[in-house]
Amino acid sequence: MIALDIENVTKSFGGVRALTGVTLSLNEGERLVLLGPNGAGKTTLFHSISGNILASSGRISLFGDDITQLPPDARARLGLARTFQITNLFAQLTVLENILLAVCGAQKLTFKFVRPLDRYDDIQKRARALLEEWNLVDAADRLVRNLSYGEQRQVEVVMALSGEPRILLLDEPTAGLSPAETLRVMEMVRKLPRDMTIVMIEHDMDVAFEIADRIAVMHQGRVIAEGDEAAIRGNQQVSDIYLGVE
Amino acid sequence: MRRYSLVILLAIAIFAALPYVLPTYYLSLTTKILIFVLFAMSLDLLIGYTGLASLGHAAFFGFGGYVVGLLVVRGQVSEWIALPAGVALATALGALFAVLALRARGSYFLMITLALAQVVWGIAFGWRTLTGGDDGLPGVKRPTFIVSLADENSFYYFVLLMVGLSALALVAIVRSPFGHALRGIRESETRMLALGFNVWRHQFAAFVISAAFAGLAGCLFVYNTRFVSPDVLHVVRSAEVLIMVILGGVGTLLGPAIGAAVIILLEDFVSSLTQRWLLILGIVYVVTTLFAPRGLVGLYRDYFSRNRKR
Amino acid sequence: MIWVIHTLNGISFGILLFLLAAGLSLIYGLMKILNLTHGSYYLVGAYIGSTVIATTGSFILALIIAPIVVAALGAVMERFFLRQFHLDELPQTLLTFGFLFIFADLSLWIWGGDPIMLPKPALFSRSIDIGGLGYPTYRLLLIGVGLLVALILWWFQERTRVGAMLRAGVDDAEIARAMGIDVSLLFTLVFAVGALLAALGGVLGGPIIGAGPGTDFDVMLLAFVVVIVGGLGSLRGALVGGLVVGLLDNFGKIFFPEFALFTIFVPMAVILSFRPTGLFGRA
Repeated sequence: MIALDIENVTKSFGGVRALTGVTLSLNEGERLVLLGPNGAGKTTLFHSISGNILASSGRISLFGDDITQLPPDARARLGLARTFQITNLFAQLTVLENILLAVCGAQKLTFKFVRPLDRYDDIQKRARALLEEWNLVDAADRLVRNLSYGEQRQVEVVMALSGEPRILLLDEPTAGLSPAETLRVMEMVRKLPRDMTIVMIEHDMDVAFEIADRIAVMHQGRVIAEGDEAAIRGNQQVSDIYLGVE
Repeated sequence: MRRYSLVILLAIAIFAALPYVLPTYYLSLTTKILIFVLFAMSLDLLIGYTGLASLGHAAFFGFGGYVVGLLVVRGQVSEWIALPAGVALATALGALFAVLALRARGSYFLMITLALAQVVWGIAFGWRTLTGGDDGLPGVKRPTFIVSLADENSFYYFVLLMVGLSALALVAIVRSPFGHALRGIRESETRMLALGFNVWRHQFAAFVISAAFAGLAGCLFVYNTRFVSPDVLHVVRSAEVLIMVILGGVGTLLGPAIGAAVIILLEDFVSSLTQRWLLILGIVYVVTTLFAPRGLVGLYRDYFSRNRKR
Repeated sequence: MIWVIHTLNGISFGILLFLLAAGLSLIYGLMKILNLTHGSYYLVGAYIGSTVIATTGSFILALIIAPIVVAALGAVMERFFLRQFHLDELPQTLLTFGFLFIFADLSLWIWGGDPIMLPKPALFSRSIDIGGLGYPTYRLLLIGVGLLVALILWWFQERTRVGAMLRAGVDDAEIARAMGIDVSLLFTLVFAVGALLAALGGVLGGPIIGAGPGTDFDVMLLAFVVVIVGGLGSLRGALVGGLVVGLLDNFGKIFFPEFALFTIFVPMAVILSFRPTGLFGRA
């Protein structure tokens, strides 16, 4: 089944084209890495998939549903989860509270006014289980703003996973991390279930080639090359604009 | 948990005993404090929990009060209708303002809530034939709910019951999944959207709930003073309740309650000494901001955690 | 012909509103401070102006002294109080509200509770004939002075070095700092200029709308509506917003005397529902 289908998507910001006719398609369980220099339009493409910005033209569908005009929360409820390049967690809340909110969102537990959240045993259990699974138990009661950048990144990934999304968008999950932290986050990505569709923006070639089933290279708002590792490494245009230095 | 219930029982006992201990003047001052405790807590649901700083909260307080005043004085309507109508119409006004104000954030939200509230004030002030304008509406007699609440003691118990129940409801709300979602929205709207929450609906609901409790406080206030004038709608009221919330500490329900008590007691004390209450209040604002930006509860917590670390 | 008169009234009031809103808008644009004390600058400006006129008999002196004194008050507020709460909205709101109360009560103490009207300068106390109807020359003076101020502000912002720094600061304070612009001095300067403009409005508006307890709130509210309509942080928005609100207010009072406020607020609500950040505002 086709998980994500992007057809001829264009986005302009006041006359400046950030995306020009991007077409991409992912099968369920496929892992795609987006490569490209800064300003290539990768994050804009991410935002238009997640609904943080709306595409100017073109069509995006998720598991067969047209989502082009849906707001981000509606897309999330269809099984799409994402992380952001700039972490925006709930800074003044604890790690556990962050995860609890993610679980509430995933289980569509909203507009419940009476029973305290502490008494929703299933939600609490699920949040605790996630903390166990991803080795965050010790940090459970720490405020997120007191965590290191690497730890925040891990919390963010766990939050995105808490709803068992069908498709996960990771926007440079290792950017700004130390080598040790990068290893930890990549370990998390490797542990993800095989049937989860993943789109990831990544700068690190080695990381990209290791994770990806397929790679798409973007440049100036277009997808200029697509294929497996060998195809990308062998592509003249890609080496010219992106790998040129090597 | 047992210590917690003990504190609540003790608080109930103390409040219930007050009419037997306090002179009438201080009992009615306590009634006033309780009403402002409710008003301040209602605003904190919006500011402290949802992260929406409103400068027009007196609109709902005053509108609820005016509905009660007009129905009782002009309409001779039963209190069984007047009080619920006051709360209901304040809630409806909250829904209307929410739709307009929630299009904006930050400073624009602040200005719009302030401007909208001033419209309501302008109507109360200008529509003399209905509201009596600046002179207000005297003669709002206290209600009879099964028993007459005309005397200070029984009215105090009525307010205590209403404010107590409202406080319980607000505590339940902030602990519920909905209340936690509001905190999430305060911290990051984008993240909440990405997690699948309909942020606008949550903010709308918080705004309306907040307006409802503010409206109830306004109804009680007008019954208490037996009088309603544009004063209840004025931006000074909105500012006063804002300082109660911030002085006490945003993001807790206890903080605004303490803030309300401190401000009302201070006002009572200062105005018995001098005419310059507004000047003193202004200085309190400035001093609070400079020395306790996170409120009294914040000060206490800082002190407590410092001592514990040692 | 009566409509020409009404329109002129609306425009002169709009120009006055521009003076009041321009400072509010500039201060917000640069520092993201919503200054609730802005109406007080008008009030204190008008009061000081009245004292200067009463002691010296000179309107010109009032036009010079009152704005300078109020500009100094504004500079003190920025430097010693607001500075430390940069980009922190609640403390800023609280502080500026505190000063609003302090100024209001001090004014009441010093100048008493009776509303005052400033006398018009002798040279502009007469009327001229417009199509058979008398029109006060003072209002024409107000329009002239207001447009002159708008021109000076525009020149200052577009053509001077400090103006260029200001524009850079409005766009991005961090970058401005990185470029070596003394943002700290700029902040104080802009705050003082904003206060100065409002006080100028106080002296100029004194003979038309006067001053008294509560004028500070009224002026603040009108200035808010102007910037909500025009958009915060833009001089053009303040001018257009001022004229729109001035005309709406004037004609509203003619057609719907009991509900004059509605004629300002309903258009405001309509504009908001289409452009939440005003006509010329940026998010």
